[in-house]
Amino acid sequence: MRKYVTTFAELLAICGQKRQKIYEFAQEKETLLLDISIDEVRKKVKKSLDAMKDAIKAGLQSKEKSISRQCGDDCEKLQKKFEIGHALFGRLFEKITTYALATIEENLRMGKIVACPTAGSCAIVPSVLIAISEELSLSETEQINALITAGEIGSIIQNKVALAGAVGGCQAECGVASAMSAGALVQILGGSEKQIVNAVALALKNVLGLTCDPVAGLVEIPCVKRNAFLAIHSVTAAELALAGVESKIPADEVVDALSQTSQLMSPLLKESSQAGLAKTKTALKIEQKITNKNKQ
Amino acid sequence: MEQNSLFDIISPIMVGPSSSHTAGAVRLGLLARNIYGATPKKITFKLYNSYAKTGRGHGTDKGLLAGVLDLQVDDIRIKNVFNLPEAHEIEHNFEFLEDFNRHPNAVDFIFDGAHKMTISGNSLGAGSVQITNINHFSINLSGEYNTLILIYKDKPGILSKVSGLIQNEGINIAALTVERSARGEEASMCMGLDSALNYSLIEKIKKIDDIYLIRHVGKLES
Repeated sequence: MRKYVTTFAELLAICGQKRQKIYEFAQEKETLLLDISIDEVRKKVKKSLDAMKDAIKAGLQSKEKSISRQCGDDCEKLQKKFEIGHALFGRLFEKITTYALATIEENLRMGKIVACPTAGSCAIVPSVLIAISEELSLSETEQINALITAGEIGSIIQNKVALAGAVGGCQAECGVASAMSAGALVQILGGSEKQIVNAVALALKNVLGLTCDPVAGLVEIPCVKRNAFLAIHSVTAAELALAGVESKIPADEVVDALSQTSQLMSPLLKESSQAGLAKTKTALKIEQKITNKNKQ
Repeated sequence: MEQNSLFDIISPIMVGPSSSHTAGAVRLGLLARNIYGATPKKITFKLYNSYAKTGRGHGTDKGLLAGVLDLQVDDIRIKNVFNLPEAHEIEHNFEFLEDFNRHPNAVDFIFDGAHKMTISGNSLGAGSVQITNINHFSINLSGEYNTLILIYKDKPGILSKVSGLIQNEGINIAALTVERSARGEEASMCMGLDSALNYSLIEKIKKIDDIYLIRHVGKLES
């Protein structure tokens, strides 16, 4: 029986042994799992990549509100702001944040997106990956390599943590997405496999405890803005990892901590909207407004 | 341990906003449609708990109907499904209920038309779903495989007859669940298969005595 790679330590060991990049190992694993060729695996990844680009394009051109009418026009505001004056952190920052809002707003107005790993965290990986690809004029091959890297990171984490807010809180959705994005970014910028895994540890360490307390139970408040925040968060993790900054706690142990934190987190704070932001005075008012509108 | 696929993480391509409340709803609708096996005249959807409370805001109602109309999770028509001509041909109602004995994201499909059938299911999160009941028979259908569903009289030999016919075609059985209401009463079986069954094989299985219901439900697109 073939031994499965379920931890980052095993992943690094096998990539070292075989002199493979993480994406090379992952696409090979996928050929066995799905019984298709590497070419077909990459075609499937390209389909997701293309859908991510389409979502950004659609989102940048729309300010249509969500069904609840609470969200949908923040991306337009951000675009207008950057037309007047550039962002403090430059063009790449502008692109990442606007692409993130474009994608997540497209999601809440029932547009087409790619769950990555979930719908509520769908904007983090694409915003970073596609913004940097445009800025550095990356080839499609390189973009696919990066997206496979992101997928493999999520897949390893998923061995220990269910990637769902109702089970793990937002740390397991947007948090994991930021770890995936950080690793993909290190891959793009030519970092080593060890640095990719380090970026995962750094990103994940700094989202531990992030709860899922959406207002009125909808993937809107705080999810929309959180996608933009955690996209930028992933850039910090990648930069540190590329500088050789190491997480003193190895990635696998951070995942263990994430898993334990998930279990200890009150169910009131895991997508049940019974505490936190969801039970603030203003949240209750918003909820009432939506309920009244549904009755009409 | 089952090995995770990359595509659990970087897909599905779907209409938002929620994998459990939108994509999951579409997938439950698709499975229910395939189990019912015909176009209904009328359908009532009963949404429970979180599905009832946040379903409208997540387009769960649209997703469920879209699935019954055979739209896939990435079909942009889901958003305006109530305006589709197909939707006008089926009388549809939604009920929003609370029942703490049910899963947080539970739904009943009550079909009426050529025949009546009630199908229940849960959306488990991240787009995974499970059909749990057909007319009060427990089943366990995820849509992960091409699945043969049988409801039959609980007696020795039926399982081996069915699996024998399937093995003869060289089709591999990937997953199997069997349940019964009581000894000698009705039993249900869900057999997950690595490839689809052909029509003539299904006809052969139909001829086995004491099979009350047979359905072949295709794998959901990932």
